[in-house]
Amino acid sequence: MKTFEYASPNSLKDALGLLSDTWGETEILAGGTDLLTSIKQDVTAPRLVVSLKEVKGLSGIDSKGGNLSIGATTKLKDLIANEDVQKHFPGLVTAAKNIGSAQIINAGTVAGDLLQRPRCWYFRNGFGLFGMAGGKELVPDGDNRYHAIFGNGGKAKFVNPSSLAPLLIALGAGIDVQGPKKERSVKAADFFSTPKTESEREYALQANEIVTGISIPLSGKKNGIYEVRHRLGLDWPMVAAAVAFDESGGRIRNASVVLGHVAPTPWVAERATAVLNGQSRKAGAQAAGNAAAQGATPLSKNAYKVSQVKVAVRRAIEAV
Amino acid sequence: MAKNAWPSADRRKNIGARVSRLDGPVKVTGVAKYAYDVKRENMLYAKILQSSIAVGTLTEVDTSAAEKMPGVVAIIVQKDGQGNLPKISYAGDMVATVAAETEEIAMEALKRIKVSYEAGVPQMDDKDPSKASGRDQKKDQGLDDDNLSADEKLKQVFAAADTVSEGYYGLPIITHCSLEPHGQVTEFREGELYVWPSTQNVSGYANGLTRSTGLSADQIHVDCQYMGGGFGSKFSTDKWGEVGAQLSKQTGRPVKLMLERDQELTTAGHRPSAFANVKVGVKADGAITAMEVHAWGSGGQRRFRIPPTPYVFTKIPHYRTLGQSILTNRGLTRAWRGPNHPQAALITMSALADAAAALGMDELAFFKKNVGLTDRAEVYAEEMDVAAKLIGYREKAHLRGDKTPGPIKRGLGMSIHTWGGKGHNSTCAVTINPDGSAVGRMGTQDLGTGTRTVIAIVLADTLGLNVDEVRVEMGSNALPTSRASGGSSTVGGVSTSMRDASTNALNTLLDKVAPELGVPAEKLEAWGGRIQEVGKPSNSLAWKDACGLLGAMAITEQGANPTSDGTNLTTGGVGGCNIADVSVDIETGIVTMNEYVSVQDVGLVMDEKTAESQLYGGAIMGITYALFEEGIYDPTTGAMLNKDMEFYRLAGMGDIGTIKVHLMRGPKYEDRGVVGIGEPAVLSQGAAISNAVANAIGVRVPELPLTPDRVLDALSKGGVA
Repeated sequence: MKTFEYASPNSLKDALGLLSDTWGETEILAGGTDLLTSIKQDVTAPRLVVSLKEVKGLSGIDSKGGNLSIGATTKLKDLIANEDVQKHFPGLVTAAKNIGSAQIINAGTVAGDLLQRPRCWYFRNGFGLFGMAGGKELVPDGDNRYHAIFGNGGKAKFVNPSSLAPLLIALGAGIDVQGPKKERSVKAADFFSTPKTESEREYALQANEIVTGISIPLSGKKNGIYEVRHRLGLDWPMVAAAVAFDESGGRIRNASVVLGHVAPTPWVAERATAVLNGQSRKAGAQAAGNAAAQGATPLSKNAYKVSQVKVAVRRAIEAV
Repeated sequence: MAKNAWPSADRRKNIGARVSRLDGPVKVTGVAKYAYDVKRENMLYAKILQSSIAVGTLTEVDTSAAEKMPGVVAIIVQKDGQGNLPKISYAGDMVATVAAETEEIAMEALKRIKVSYEAGVPQMDDKDPSKASGRDQKKDQGLDDDNLSADEKLKQVFAAADTVSEGYYGLPIITHCSLEPHGQVTEFREGELYVWPSTQNVSGYANGLTRSTGLSADQIHVDCQYMGGGFGSKFSTDKWGEVGAQLSKQTGRPVKLMLERDQELTTAGHRPSAFANVKVGVKADGAITAMEVHAWGSGGQRRFRIPPTPYVFTKIPHYRTLGQSILTNRGLTRAWRGPNHPQAALITMSALADAAAALGMDELAFFKKNVGLTDRAEVYAEEMDVAAKLIGYREKAHLRGDKTPGPIKRGLGMSIHTWGGKGHNSTCAVTINPDGSAVGRMGTQDLGTGTRTVIAIVLADTLGLNVDEVRVEMGSNALPTSRASGGSSTVGGVSTSMRDASTNALNTLLDKVAPELGVPAEKLEAWGGRIQEVGKPSNSLAWKDACGLLGAMAITEQGANPTSDGTNLTTGGVGGCNIADVSVDIETGIVTMNEYVSVQDVGLVMDEKTAESQLYGGAIMGITYALFEEGIYDPTTGAMLNKDMEFYRLAGMGDIGTIKVHLMRGPKYEDRGVVGIGEPAVLSQGAAISNAVANAIGVRVPELPLTPDRVLDALSKGGVA
């Protein structure tokens, strides 16, 4: 671990003023569940760590103007316990609970879940975001059992690890971002990106910007998630499916299906969405599952995830 | 005069009862100090630099930048026997060690050491038998024939079988993953070395440090009161033990050198992999007539030895086994609980269950039919009945492939196993003081299994006292020598030597008491806190009053295994039967444990509670290697990819289902004397759970761990899906 400086500003403005515009020079500390391990693993070696603990106004859950606003540093445990979240977004509660570790749920934050770095074991073992050694990409011939089955045509073959992102995208949420000069809101669907170089990160955020909150439209959509999990305790899902839709007269409308842990970003399953709209839930579930798996490009050791996608989407729809 | 034999059932107060472990309270309150907790004044922290390449040579190790760091006190670069930079045989091999004022400085200094390598291409493939090297390991049974060659005879016996079943089975390299990592604290004081290691070998540990320190073994003082697991990986002082001692000698300061978690996984012990093609010949009535096993696997750079197959069913009339060793660039193999038996169980019991399925025969009926081919037919038959009853076999069993509708399929599977477990060599001393206090002293160790408690139980029962009225001193090489704890040999060894010593001490006391009670010493016994005429409490003395007759001189007597009078109090050779009940989601490939039953013969039970605890712990560890555990290595670089507790998965409480354990008791089992239970507890799980999954889904998942990808792959080739 490289020695670093630590700052704990008490305003957003001061915090922003401390951030470098180059990734990795400064890092933001919220719950710390990923940052601390990342520093220990040498995945990042910041000069300065900026804590958000003393910054006021970044946590809490509020409904205003037809949206539910969730502060960036709201703890996952508070998300789980919130009655509005439980009422409107039961899928988010399931997703947060499924993290399976009381320690992470108690310490981890909502924005931290979105911003955590990939768990790819090549990345975490010093081979970089693209798993390179001696100019060679290790993942295609290596152990890629937990890697991407979609969006893996480039060098990035890791999967996005966020538990909440797939459903936030399905629900049409927006991510509030504050930069040194201006504030902006990014659609959750546009927030994640696949890096093309080692110096990029996995989201549409600048190094000197801070995520301040998440707004989810109170659209009344039914929603849920299904995760295929190997272990019941702390573990990463092999595949996750998030669904949100309206249902009237026995028909599904305005559906959205988003997959997690299958691509370098949360993966919008557009074909599944198309198949699902206008269908009954029973007929739609299986068809949507099959459609969601179409176009997958599994690597040498992860074709099983394609089968799991079909099941996860179907079960997510059935269980809503 | 007390006899050097186990007390009769009516004279066992603590032996075989449910005694809580004596060190439980200090462990759960954190009072117990492990090697990791030892903190000496002015102590330095040492950290190890590991090689990033898996094979090759170190050409230069430049420590100059690290040496300049403030707070860095000493650096040792590894050398081979000739004083040259060593060859590297796996990613994680030790390169250099830094001792510094803080852990953080030591870690940062490691990064400033510049290492140059000449890297080779690692050999990581352990699944392809054509990569085998060294001589083949061959064994034939029942293939001698006057007219036929052994090959022809083998063909003939298979041709004569009614059904021949063939299969492929395997399990990968796993690690020991001890909760407490390897390592030690070392300190030089007045020319002598004091070591606090985490070790399975208290009495033998010092011998490993004489060469590197130039001290004699009597100048090296070892102290290990508590340890957090070893599972066969903590017998040696290891390179880090030598380096820690050298750093202490060089700096004149205490040095703490414990492995990090990732180093524990890459370096501190592996169980070899094993893969096998197996052919089984059976008669239509289920009788096994022939078996052929071609097994291969890897123990890193250490030679793979073929698991003992056919396992347990050693009297199969005709068989041939061929073993081949593949060297790979992984960390060295160390003994892992019941070396080679979990592998042998998986290979044998899976192949036999597949043969039963090929015949359309119930698995339990098939195993029972062939129980005569084992060395302990009666024991196994009884255990199978007990296990079947505990799991509800009759109600739940079905032939291979759960035909009920829906994605969740349920199945049962079984396995039987064997182990030795006879007590190891052990010496000890017992002192009875004139004030009535009594202490047993022995240079043994408690790996967390309950050894300390067992020693106290034997001492207390021999002297007619309660467990909390005696004291045990152990964990130091200043005490009488006891062997390393391995192969389930500890409980038999330490209970025998303690019975011997405490009987000798008691007899010396009885000689003093005899005139006072007016009966010869032969007619006296220690019972219920008194020395009394046998069966006659009215003629007795309270324990303390009896000891008061000693005057100023305490009694100290020695004991040993083997015992001083040749009485044998320990034996080896046990059988066990396990049955697993699982559910498999055939759409996701997830295997869920419903129930696990472990039935075990273990001779005379010393402490029912800690013996059962061993069976529970063994079941959990076995479920873990059946469902989750596997060392995963990158084939190009040889790097271990899951050297953390995130992807090196161990079962959690939610993953283990309900576990039921049963110890075979009664004179038939207990009159045999004491047998160890550490290994038998953990041998059958891979086989039983694999068989249960096959029974559920109708097809064999050939390799452990039974992960969703492997289950779905097997289902894509057949089964109920």
